[in-house]
Amino acid sequence: METFFWIDKLVLVLLLFLISLGIAAYQTYFERKLAGWIQDRVGPDRAGRFGILQPIADGVKMFLKEDFTPANADKWLFILGPGIAMFTSLITSAIIPWGTDLQLFGRSISLQVAEINIGILFAFGIISIGVYGIMIGGWASNNKYSLFGAIRASSQMISYELAMGISAITIIMISGSLDLRAIVESQHGLNWNIFYQPVAFLVFFICALAETNRAPFDLPECENELIGGYHTEYSSMKLGLFLFSEYVAMFVSSAIMAILFFGGYNFPGMDYLTYNPNLLSIISVAVFFIKIFALIFIFMWIRWTIPRFRFDQLMHLGWKVLIPLALVNMLVTGFIVALYESWF
Amino acid sequence: MESLTNRKVVVSDKPMTFMEKLYLPGIIKGMLVTFRHILMRRKTIKYPEETREFAPVYRGMHVLKRDDQGRENCTACGLCAVACPAEAITMTSAERTNADKHLYREEKYASMYEINMLRCIFCGLCEEACPKEAIFLTDRLVPTQFERGEFIYGKDKLVEPLDERIDITKRQFTGKRSAI
Repeated sequence: METFFWIDKLVLVLLLFLISLGIAAYQTYFERKLAGWIQDRVGPDRAGRFGILQPIADGVKMFLKEDFTPANADKWLFILGPGIAMFTSLITSAIIPWGTDLQLFGRSISLQVAEINIGILFAFGIISIGVYGIMIGGWASNNKYSLFGAIRASSQMISYELAMGISAITIIMISGSLDLRAIVESQHGLNWNIFYQPVAFLVFFICALAETNRAPFDLPECENELIGGYHTEYSSMKLGLFLFSEYVAMFVSSAIMAILFFGGYNFPGMDYLTYNPNLLSIISVAVFFIKIFALIFIFMWIRWTIPRFRFDQLMHLGWKVLIPLALVNMLVTGFIVALYESWF
Repeated sequence: MESLTNRKVVVSDKPMTFMEKLYLPGIIKGMLVTFRHILMRRKTIKYPEETREFAPVYRGMHVLKRDDQGRENCTACGLCAVACPAEAITMTSAERTNADKHLYREEKYASMYEINMLRCIFCGLCEEACPKEAIFLTDRLVPTQFERGEFIYGKDKLVEPLDERIDITKRQFTGKRSAI
Protein backbone atom coordinates (compact mmCIF):
# COMPACT_ATOMS: atom_id res chain seq x y z
CA MET A 1 0.00 0.00 0.00
CA GLU A 2 2.75 2.38 0.96
CA THR A 3 4.69 1.73 -2.26
CA PHE A 4 1.56 2.27 -4.33
CA PHE A 5 1.09 5.57 -2.55
CA TRP A 6 4.57 6.72 -3.54
CA ILE A 7 4.13 5.54 -7.12
CA ASP A 8 0.84 7.43 -7.38
CA LYS A 9 2.39 10.58 -6.04
CA LEU A 10 5.45 10.27 -8.27
CA VAL A 11 3.32 9.85 -11.38
CA LEU A 12 1.17 12.77 -10.32
CA VAL A 13 4.19 14.97 -9.67
CA LEU A 14 5.70 14.18 -13.06
CA LEU A 15 2.39 14.75 -14.80
CA LEU A 16 1.90 18.06 -13.03
CA PHE A 17 5.41 19.16 -13.89
CA LEU A 18 4.90 18.38 -17.56
CA ILE A 19 1.40 19.87 -17.66
CA SER A 20 2.51 23.09 -15.95
CA LEU A 21 5.43 23.52 -18.33
CA GLY A 22 3.35 22.57 -21.37
CA ILE A 23 0.60 24.97 -20.42
CA ALA A 24 3.15 27.70 -19.73
CA ALA A 25 4.68 27.12 -23.17
CA TYR A 26 1.35 27.29 -24.91
CA GLN A 27 0.37 30.32 -22.85
CA THR A 28 3.19 32.18 -24.59
CA TYR A 29 1.76 31.10 -27.91
CA PHE A 30 -1.78 32.03 -26.97
CA GLU A 31 -0.64 35.32 -25.50
CA ARG A 32 0.97 36.29 -28.79
CA LYS A 33 -2.02 35.07 -30.74
CA LEU A 34 -4.40 37.06 -28.57
CA ALA A 35 -2.20 40.15 -28.80
CA GLY A 36 -2.36 39.76 -32.55
CA TRP A 37 -6.11 39.36 -32.59
CA ILE A 38 -6.71 42.34 -30.36
CA GLN A 39 -4.48 44.44 -32.61
CA ASP A 40 -6.22 43.14 -35.76
CA ARG A 41 -3.18 41.06 -36.65
CA VAL A 42 -2.79 37.32 -37.14
CA GLY A 43 -0.10 36.51 -34.59
CA PRO A 44 2.48 33.77 -35.05
CA ASP A 45 1.44 31.46 -37.86
CA ARG A 46 4.68 30.34 -39.53
CA ALA A 47 5.84 27.38 -37.38
CA GLY A 48 3.49 24.55 -38.15
CA ARG A 49 -0.22 24.88 -38.84
CA PHE A 50 -1.54 28.11 -37.24
CA GLY A 51 1.94 28.49 -35.72
CA ILE A 52 1.17 25.70 -33.28
CA LEU A 53 4.87 24.72 -33.05
CA GLN A 54 5.95 28.26 -32.16
CA PRO A 55 6.62 27.54 -28.44
CA ILE A 56 8.83 24.60 -29.38
CA ALA A 57 10.73 26.75 -31.85
CA ASP A 58 11.11 29.43 -29.18
CA GLY A 59 12.33 26.87 -26.67
CA VAL A 60 14.91 25.49 -29.08
CA LYS A 61 16.01 29.03 -29.86
CA MET A 62 16.40 29.79 -26.15
CA PHE A 63 18.59 26.74 -25.65
CA LEU A 64 20.78 27.55 -28.65
CA LYS A 65 21.48 31.14 -27.62
CA GLU A 66 24.74 32.08 -25.98
CA ASP A 67 24.55 31.81 -22.21
CA PHE A 68 26.15 35.08 -21.19
CA THR A 69 27.13 36.08 -17.67
CA PRO A 70 28.19 39.71 -17.15
CA ALA A 71 31.76 40.16 -15.94
CA ASN A 72 30.82 41.89 -12.70
CA ALA A 73 27.86 39.69 -11.89
CA ASP A 74 27.74 37.45 -8.86
CA LYS A 75 27.93 34.14 -10.69
CA TRP A 76 26.18 31.90 -8.18
CA LEU A 77 23.36 34.26 -7.40
CA PHE A 78 23.04 34.96 -11.12
CA ILE A 79 22.28 31.27 -11.65
CA LEU A 80 20.22 30.98 -8.48
CA GLY A 81 17.78 33.79 -9.40
CA PRO A 82 15.94 32.14 -12.30
CA GLY A 83 16.10 28.82 -10.47
CA ILE A 84 14.26 30.20 -7.45
CA ALA A 85 11.77 31.99 -9.69
CA MET A 86 10.94 28.78 -11.51
CA PHE A 87 10.91 26.67 -8.33
CA THR A 88 8.50 28.93 -6.48
CA SER A 89 6.19 29.04 -9.49
CA LEU A 90 6.11 25.28 -9.87
CA ILE A 91 5.97 24.19 -6.22
CA THR A 92 2.58 25.74 -5.50
CA SER A 93 0.89 23.31 -7.87
CA ALA A 94 1.66 20.55 -5.33
CA ILE A 95 -1.09 21.61 -2.95
CA ILE A 96 -3.80 22.19 -5.52
CA PRO A 97 -6.62 19.62 -5.55
CA TRP A 98 -7.05 19.00 -9.26
CA GLY A 99 -10.19 16.88 -9.09
CA THR A 100 -12.23 14.34 -7.17
CA ASP A 101 -10.60 11.01 -6.36
CA LEU A 102 -9.98 8.47 -9.10
CA GLN A 103 -10.91 4.81 -8.48
CA LEU A 104 -8.22 2.82 -10.25
CA PHE A 105 -6.64 -0.61 -9.62
CA GLY A 106 -8.97 -1.15 -6.68
CA ARG A 107 -7.84 1.85 -4.74
CA SER A 108 -8.69 5.49 -4.46
CA ILE A 109 -6.17 7.88 -5.97
CA SER A 110 -6.21 11.46 -4.77
CA LEU A 111 -5.50 14.09 -7.41
CA GLN A 112 -3.58 16.26 -5.00
CA VAL A 113 0.13 15.80 -4.42
CA ALA A 114 0.40 17.11 -0.88
CA GLU A 115 -2.75 17.00 1.23
CA ILE A 116 -1.64 19.45 3.88
CA ASN A 117 -4.31 21.00 6.03
CA ILE A 118 -2.82 24.50 5.84
CA GLY A 119 -2.71 24.60 2.04
CA ILE A 120 -3.56 28.24 1.70
CA LEU A 121 -0.86 29.28 4.16
CA PHE A 122 1.63 27.21 2.20
CA ALA A 123 0.54 28.96 -1.01
CA PHE A 124 1.02 32.38 0.54
CA GLY A 125 4.36 31.38 1.97
CA ILE A 126 5.58 30.29 -1.45
CA ILE A 127 4.19 33.43 -3.10
CA SER A 128 6.14 35.56 -0.66
CA ILE A 129 9.30 33.60 -1.42
CA GLY A 130 8.62 34.25 -5.11
CA VAL A 131 10.02 37.74 -4.80
CA TYR A 132 13.45 36.34 -3.97
CA GLY A 133 13.98 34.94 -7.45
CA ILE A 134 13.46 38.34 -9.00
CA MET A 135 15.31 40.19 -6.26
CA ILE A 136 18.36 37.93 -6.40
CA GLY A 137 18.36 37.87 -10.19
CA GLY A 138 18.16 41.63 -10.42
CA TRP A 139 20.77 42.22 -7.74
CA ALA A 140 23.26 39.66 -9.06
CA SER A 141 23.18 41.21 -12.53
CA ASN A 142 25.07 44.24 -11.19
CA ASN A 143 23.17 46.55 -13.49
CA LYS A 144 21.22 49.60 -12.43
CA TYR A 145 18.20 48.76 -14.56
CA SER A 146 18.06 45.25 -13.18
CA LEU A 147 18.35 46.56 -9.66
CA PHE A 148 15.58 49.09 -10.28
CA GLY A 149 13.40 46.31 -11.64
CA ALA A 150 14.14 44.12 -8.64
CA ILE A 151 13.41 46.91 -6.16
CA ARG A 152 10.16 47.71 -7.89
CA ALA A 153 9.24 44.03 -7.95
CA SER A 154 9.90 43.53 -4.26
CA SER A 155 8.05 46.66 -3.10
CA GLN A 156 5.14 45.87 -5.41
CA MET A 157 4.88 42.25 -4.32
CA ILE A 158 5.10 43.04 -0.62
CA SER A 159 2.45 45.77 -0.91
CA TYR A 160 0.00 43.63 -2.79
CA GLU A 161 0.52 40.51 -0.69
CA LEU A 162 -1.18 42.28 2.22
CA ALA A 163 -4.42 42.99 0.41
CA MET A 164 -4.27 39.54 -1.17
CA GLY A 165 -3.90 37.85 2.21
CA ILE A 166 -6.70 39.88 3.77
CA SER A 167 -9.08 39.01 0.96
CA ALA A 168 -8.10 35.36 1.32
CA ILE A 169 -8.90 35.57 5.05
CA THR A 170 -12.52 36.35 4.20
CA ILE A 171 -12.68 33.13 2.22
CA ILE A 172 -11.14 31.24 5.13
CA MET A 173 -13.76 32.77 7.41
CA ILE A 174 -16.74 31.65 5.39
CA SER A 175 -15.40 28.20 4.58
CA GLY A 176 -13.91 27.69 8.03
CA SER A 177 -10.75 25.93 6.93
CA LEU A 178 -7.23 26.53 5.67
CA ASP A 179 -7.28 23.27 3.74
CA LEU A 180 -7.71 23.89 0.03
CA ARG A 181 -9.58 20.61 -0.38
CA ALA A 182 -12.03 21.63 2.33
CA ILE A 183 -12.45 25.06 0.75
CA VAL A 184 -13.29 23.40 -2.55
CA GLU A 185 -15.69 20.94 -0.92
CA SER A 186 -17.51 23.79 0.82
CA GLN A 187 -18.38 25.21 -2.61
CA HIS A 188 -20.17 22.08 -3.75
CA GLY A 189 -22.15 22.38 -6.98
CA LEU A 190 -22.76 26.00 -7.82
CA ASN A 191 -22.31 27.27 -4.26
CA TRP A 192 -19.24 29.27 -5.28
CA ASN A 193 -17.57 31.87 -3.11
CA ILE A 194 -17.67 34.47 -5.87
CA PHE A 195 -21.39 34.92 -5.19
CA TYR A 196 -20.71 35.69 -1.52
CA GLN A 197 -17.44 37.55 -1.88
CA PRO A 198 -17.33 39.57 -5.13
CA VAL A 199 -15.32 42.35 -3.49
CA ALA A 200 -12.78 39.90 -2.11
CA PHE A 201 -12.49 38.38 -5.57
CA LEU A 202 -11.90 41.77 -7.15
CA VAL A 203 -9.17 42.62 -4.65
CA PHE A 204 -7.64 39.17 -4.94
CA PHE A 205 -7.67 39.28 -8.72
CA ILE A 206 -6.00 42.70 -8.89
CA CYS A 207 -3.39 41.51 -6.40
CA ALA A 208 -2.84 38.33 -8.39
CA LEU A 209 -2.10 40.48 -11.43
CA ALA A 210 0.42 42.42 -9.39
CA GLU A 211 1.95 39.30 -7.82
CA THR A 212 2.58 37.67 -11.18
CA ASN A 213 4.00 40.92 -12.59
CA ARG A 214 1.44 41.02 -15.33
CA ALA A 215 0.30 44.18 -17.06
CA PRO A 216 -0.92 46.66 -15.89
CA PHE A 217 1.43 45.90 -12.97
CA ASP A 218 4.46 44.87 -15.02
CA LEU A 219 6.62 47.68 -13.70
CA PRO A 220 9.51 45.38 -12.70
CA GLU A 221 10.07 44.43 -16.31
CA CYS A 222 8.72 47.33 -18.27
CA GLU A 223 10.51 47.41 -21.57
CA ASN A 224 10.51 51.09 -22.29
CA GLU A 225 11.75 52.38 -18.93
CA LEU A 226 13.92 49.58 -17.60
CA ILE A 227 14.79 47.69 -20.80
CA GLY A 228 13.48 44.44 -19.36
CA GLY A 229 13.97 45.24 -15.68
CA TYR A 230 15.34 42.43 -13.58
CA HIS A 231 16.11 40.20 -16.57
CA THR A 232 17.99 42.78 -18.62
CA GLU A 233 21.29 40.94 -18.28
CA TYR A 234 19.89 37.46 -18.71
CA SER A 235 20.14 35.46 -21.89
CA SER A 236 19.58 31.97 -23.15
CA MET A 237 17.57 29.57 -21.02
CA LYS A 238 18.11 31.62 -17.85
CA LEU A 239 16.00 34.31 -19.44
CA GLY A 240 13.73 31.54 -20.62
CA LEU A 241 13.27 30.36 -17.04
CA PHE A 242 12.34 33.86 -15.88
CA LEU A 243 9.81 34.30 -18.66
CA PHE A 244 8.53 30.77 -18.16
CA SER A 245 8.17 31.17 -14.42
CA GLU A 246 5.94 34.17 -15.01
CA TYR A 247 3.63 32.04 -17.12
CA VAL A 248 3.69 29.14 -14.68
CA ALA A 249 2.89 31.60 -11.89
CA MET A 250 0.00 32.88 -13.94
CA PHE A 251 -1.28 29.34 -14.37
CA VAL A 252 -0.94 28.49 -10.69
CA SER A 253 -2.46 31.74 -9.47
CA SER A 254 -5.38 31.18 -11.84
CA ALA A 255 -5.75 27.73 -10.28
CA ILE A 256 -5.75 29.21 -6.79
CA MET A 257 -8.32 31.81 -7.77
CA ALA A 258 -10.46 29.09 -9.31
CA ILE A 259 -10.25 27.18 -6.03
CA LEU A 260 -10.95 30.11 -3.73
CA PHE A 261 -13.71 31.79 -5.72
CA PHE A 262 -14.99 29.59 -8.52
CA GLY A 263 -15.49 26.31 -6.72
CA GLY A 264 -12.34 24.58 -7.96
CA TYR A 265 -13.42 21.37 -9.64
CA ASN A 266 -17.06 21.73 -8.61
CA PHE A 267 -19.66 22.07 -11.29
CA PRO A 268 -23.46 22.18 -11.20
CA GLY A 269 -25.03 18.75 -11.57
CA MET A 270 -22.07 16.81 -10.17
CA ASP A 271 -24.31 14.88 -7.78
CA TYR A 272 -25.86 12.98 -10.70
CA LEU A 273 -22.47 11.50 -11.59
CA THR A 274 -21.59 9.92 -8.24
CA TYR A 275 -22.47 6.44 -9.59
CA ASN A 276 -19.31 6.60 -11.75
CA PRO A 277 -16.45 8.11 -9.72
CA ASN A 278 -13.93 7.92 -12.56
CA LEU A 279 -16.15 9.80 -14.99
CA LEU A 280 -16.85 12.36 -12.28
CA SER A 281 -13.16 12.71 -11.61
CA ILE A 282 -12.28 13.25 -15.27
CA ILE A 283 -15.08 15.77 -15.78
CA SER A 284 -14.14 17.59 -12.59
CA VAL A 285 -10.53 17.93 -13.75
CA ALA A 286 -11.73 19.18 -17.13
CA VAL A 287 -14.05 21.70 -15.49
CA PHE A 288 -11.23 22.89 -13.26
CA PHE A 289 -8.97 23.41 -16.26
CA ILE A 290 -11.71 25.27 -18.13
CA LYS A 291 -12.01 27.65 -15.19
CA ILE A 292 -8.23 28.10 -15.11
CA PHE A 293 -8.07 28.80 -18.82
CA ALA A 294 -10.90 31.32 -18.59
CA LEU A 295 -9.00 33.16 -15.86
CA ILE A 296 -5.78 33.03 -17.88
CA PHE A 297 -7.69 34.47 -20.81
CA ILE A 298 -8.85 37.36 -18.63
CA PHE A 299 -5.24 37.89 -17.47
CA MET A 300 -4.11 38.20 -21.07
CA TRP A 301 -7.11 40.22 -22.14
CA ILE A 302 -6.32 42.76 -19.42
CA ARG A 303 -2.69 42.87 -20.45
CA TRP A 304 -3.53 43.91 -23.99
CA THR A 305 -6.13 46.45 -22.90
CA ILE A 306 -4.86 48.46 -19.96
CA PRO A 307 -1.68 50.55 -20.00
CA ARG A 308 0.92 50.23 -17.26
CA PHE A 309 0.58 52.06 -13.95
CA ARG A 310 2.94 54.74 -12.83
CA PHE A 311 4.80 53.72 -9.68
CA ASP A 312 3.05 56.20 -7.36
CA GLN A 313 -0.31 55.13 -8.78
CA LEU A 314 0.65 51.54 -8.08
CA MET A 315 1.48 52.29 -4.46
CA HIS A 316 -1.64 54.44 -4.10
CA LEU A 317 -3.83 51.63 -5.41
CA GLY A 318 -2.18 49.02 -3.23
CA TRP A 319 -2.03 50.84 0.09
CA LYS A 320 -4.82 53.37 -0.03
CA VAL A 321 -7.48 51.55 -2.02
CA LEU A 322 -7.09 47.78 -1.94
CA ILE A 323 -5.98 47.28 1.68
CA PRO A 324 -8.80 49.44 3.17
CA LEU A 325 -11.27 47.80 0.81
CA ALA A 326 -10.09 44.34 1.81
CA LEU A 327 -10.13 45.28 5.50
CA VAL A 328 -13.68 46.64 5.38
CA ASN A 329 -14.76 43.58 3.45
CA MET A 330 -13.13 41.35 6.04
CA LEU A 331 -14.81 43.18 8.94
CA VAL A 332 -18.23 43.03 7.32
CA THR A 333 -17.77 39.35 6.51
CA GLY A 334 -16.63 38.63 10.05
CA PHE A 335 -19.62 40.48 11.46
CA ILE A 336 -22.06 38.57 9.27
CA VAL A 337 -20.41 35.23 10.00
CA ALA A 338 -20.54 35.93 13.74
CA LEU A 339 -24.20 36.96 13.55
CA TYR A 340 -25.05 33.91 11.46
CA GLU A 341 -23.38 31.51 13.85
CA SER A 342 -24.88 33.01 17.02
CA TRP A 343 -28.45 33.42 15.78
CA PHE A 344 -29.02 30.33 13.66
CA MET B 1 -10.47 82.55 -35.03
CA GLU B 2 -12.78 80.29 -36.91
CA SER B 3 -11.47 76.76 -37.04
CA LEU B 4 -11.08 75.02 -40.36
CA THR B 5 -12.15 71.59 -39.14
CA ASN B 6 -14.64 70.33 -36.59
CA ARG B 7 -12.02 68.12 -34.92
CA LYS B 8 -11.18 70.62 -32.21
CA VAL B 9 -12.06 69.39 -28.70
CA VAL B 10 -12.28 71.74 -25.76
CA VAL B 11 -10.34 70.20 -22.88
CA SER B 12 -12.31 70.20 -19.66
CA ASP B 13 -10.60 70.13 -16.32
CA LYS B 14 -13.60 69.23 -14.22
CA PRO B 15 -13.03 66.96 -11.19
CA MET B 16 -13.80 63.28 -11.76
CA THR B 17 -17.12 61.94 -10.59
CA PHE B 18 -17.28 58.98 -8.22
CA MET B 19 -18.04 56.54 -11.04
CA GLU B 20 -15.04 57.80 -12.96
CA LYS B 21 -12.84 57.47 -9.91
CA LEU B 22 -13.81 53.82 -9.58
CA TYR B 23 -12.08 53.24 -12.94
CA LEU B 24 -13.74 49.83 -13.23
CA PRO B 25 -16.54 50.91 -15.62
CA GLY B 26 -13.89 52.53 -17.80
CA ILE B 27 -11.73 49.43 -17.69
CA ILE B 28 -14.67 47.20 -18.61
CA LYS B 29 -15.55 49.53 -21.46
CA GLY B 30 -11.99 49.34 -22.74
CA MET B 31 -11.94 45.57 -22.44
CA LEU B 32 -15.12 45.32 -24.47
CA VAL B 33 -13.47 47.40 -27.18
CA THR B 34 -10.50 45.04 -27.33
CA PHE B 35 -12.82 42.03 -27.24
CA ARG B 36 -14.67 43.39 -30.25
CA HIS B 37 -11.35 43.54 -32.04
CA ILE B 38 -10.73 39.83 -31.35
CA LEU B 39 -13.81 39.03 -33.38
CA MET B 40 -13.00 41.43 -36.21
CA ARG B 41 -11.62 40.39 -39.53
CA ARG B 42 -7.81 40.41 -39.72
CA LYS B 43 -6.31 42.95 -42.05
CA THR B 44 -3.07 41.06 -42.53
CA ILE B 45 -1.98 39.95 -45.99
CA LYS B 46 0.12 36.81 -45.54
CA TYR B 47 2.76 37.88 -48.00
CA PRO B 48 4.48 34.94 -49.59
CA GLU B 49 1.21 33.03 -49.96
CA GLU B 50 -0.99 35.95 -50.95
CA THR B 51 -0.02 39.29 -52.38
CA ARG B 52 -1.72 42.61 -52.26
CA GLU B 53 -3.68 43.44 -55.37
CA PHE B 54 -1.50 45.66 -57.54
CA ALA B 55 -2.60 48.80 -59.27
CA PRO B 56 -2.62 48.40 -63.06
CA VAL B 57 0.27 50.86 -63.36
CA TYR B 58 2.43 49.08 -60.76
CA ARG B 59 6.14 49.17 -61.59
CA GLY B 60 7.92 46.09 -60.32
CA MET B 61 10.74 43.83 -61.51
CA HIS B 62 12.00 44.39 -65.04
CA VAL B 63 11.77 42.02 -67.95
CA LEU B 64 13.82 41.97 -71.16
CA LYS B 65 11.31 41.06 -73.83
CA ARG B 66 11.71 38.80 -76.81
CA ASP B 67 9.79 39.34 -80.02
CA ASP B 68 7.14 36.97 -81.36
CA GLN B 69 9.84 34.76 -82.90
CA GLY B 70 11.62 34.47 -79.61
CA ARG B 71 14.52 36.81 -80.45
CA GLU B 72 15.76 39.29 -77.88
CA ASN B 73 14.66 42.83 -78.61
CA CYS B 74 17.55 44.53 -76.85
CA THR B 75 20.26 45.98 -79.05
CA ALA B 76 22.46 47.27 -76.25
CA CYS B 77 22.10 50.87 -77.30
CA GLY B 78 22.58 51.98 -73.72
CA LEU B 79 19.75 54.51 -73.65
CA CYS B 80 18.19 52.88 -70.62
CA ALA B 81 21.47 53.11 -68.75
CA VAL B 82 21.74 56.79 -69.69
CA ALA B 83 18.17 57.48 -68.69
CA CYS B 84 18.47 55.67 -65.38
CA PRO B 85 18.58 58.28 -62.59
CA ALA B 86 19.89 55.74 -60.09
CA GLU B 87 22.59 54.38 -62.39
CA ALA B 88 21.42 50.89 -61.77
CA ILE B 89 21.79 49.55 -65.30
CA THR B 90 24.98 48.46 -67.00
CA MET B 91 25.63 46.43 -70.15
CA THR B 92 28.21 45.38 -72.70
CA SER B 93 27.34 44.94 -76.32
CA ALA B 94 28.46 42.33 -78.84
CA GLU B 95 28.00 41.74 -82.54
CA ARG B 96 25.65 39.06 -83.66
CA THR B 97 27.13 36.18 -85.67
CA ASN B 98 25.22 34.33 -88.34
CA ALA B 99 24.78 31.35 -86.09
CA ASP B 100 22.95 33.50 -83.52
CA LYS B 101 20.37 34.99 -85.90
CA HIS B 102 17.55 33.14 -84.23
CA LEU B 103 18.53 34.55 -80.81
CA TYR B 104 18.85 38.29 -81.40
CA ARG B 105 16.67 40.47 -83.59
CA GLU B 106 19.27 42.96 -84.76
CA GLU B 107 22.98 42.89 -85.53
CA LYS B 108 24.03 44.14 -82.14
CA TYR B 109 22.98 42.63 -78.87
CA ALA B 110 23.73 42.81 -75.15
CA SER B 111 26.19 40.13 -74.18
CA MET B 112 25.90 41.26 -70.57
CA TYR B 113 23.01 43.22 -69.08
CA GLU B 114 22.76 43.86 -65.37
CA ILE B 115 20.33 45.78 -63.18
CA ASN B 116 21.23 46.38 -59.56
CA MET B 117 17.88 45.98 -57.87
CA LEU B 118 19.13 47.69 -54.72
CA ARG B 119 19.95 50.83 -56.69
CA CYS B 120 16.88 50.71 -58.88
CA ILE B 121 14.10 53.08 -57.82
CA PHE B 122 11.53 51.53 -60.17
CA CYS B 123 10.79 54.86 -61.84
CA GLY B 124 10.24 53.32 -65.26
CA LEU B 125 12.46 55.76 -67.16
CA CYS B 126 14.39 52.88 -68.76
CA GLU B 127 11.15 51.63 -70.18
CA GLU B 128 10.35 55.08 -71.56
CA ALA B 129 13.82 55.51 -73.01
CA CYS B 130 13.94 52.16 -74.76
CA PRO B 131 13.52 52.60 -78.53
CA LYS B 132 13.31 48.86 -79.18
CA GLU B 133 10.59 48.01 -76.69
CA ALA B 134 12.96 45.64 -74.99
CA ILE B 135 12.73 46.52 -71.34
CA PHE B 136 9.51 46.76 -69.37
CA LEU B 137 8.58 46.91 -65.74
CA THR B 138 6.15 44.22 -64.65
CA ASP B 139 3.89 43.55 -61.67
CA ARG B 140 6.32 40.98 -60.27
CA LEU B 141 8.15 41.71 -57.02
CA VAL B 142 11.89 41.49 -56.47
CA PRO B 143 12.25 38.78 -53.83
CA THR B 144 14.29 39.42 -50.71
CA GLN B 145 17.78 37.96 -50.41
CA PHE B 146 20.38 37.59 -47.71
CA GLU B 147 23.38 38.75 -49.82
CA ARG B 148 23.77 42.07 -51.60
CA GLY B 149 25.33 40.39 -54.62
CA GLU B 150 22.20 38.43 -55.28
CA PHE B 151 20.34 41.63 -56.05
CA ILE B 152 22.39 42.25 -59.19
CA TYR B 153 20.16 40.68 -61.82
CA GLY B 154 21.84 39.46 -64.98
CA LYS B 155 20.33 38.32 -68.21
CA ASP B 156 19.52 34.95 -66.68
CA LYS B 157 16.90 36.57 -64.47
CA LEU B 158 15.85 39.48 -66.69
CA VAL B 159 15.29 37.97 -70.13
CA GLU B 160 11.91 36.34 -70.32
CA PRO B 161 12.00 32.59 -70.79
CA LEU B 162 10.77 31.27 -74.11
CA ASP B 163 8.29 28.85 -72.64
CA GLU B 164 6.68 31.25 -70.17
CA ARG B 165 6.25 34.65 -71.72
CA ILE B 166 5.57 37.52 -69.34
CA ASP B 167 2.47 39.57 -69.93
CA ILE B 168 3.22 43.28 -69.84
CA THR B 169 0.00 44.51 -71.43
CA LYS B 170 -1.51 45.46 -68.08
CA ARG B 171 0.17 48.82 -67.98
CA GLN B 172 0.85 49.33 -71.70
CA PHE B 173 -2.27 51.18 -72.79
CA THR B 174 -0.86 52.80 -75.89
CA GLY B 175 -0.08 50.90 -79.05
CA LYS B 176 3.18 49.29 -78.16
CA ARG B 177 4.12 46.44 -80.43
CA SER B 178 5.32 43.30 -78.75
CA ALA B 179 2.68 42.95 -76.13
CA ILE B 180 3.12 39.25 -75.52
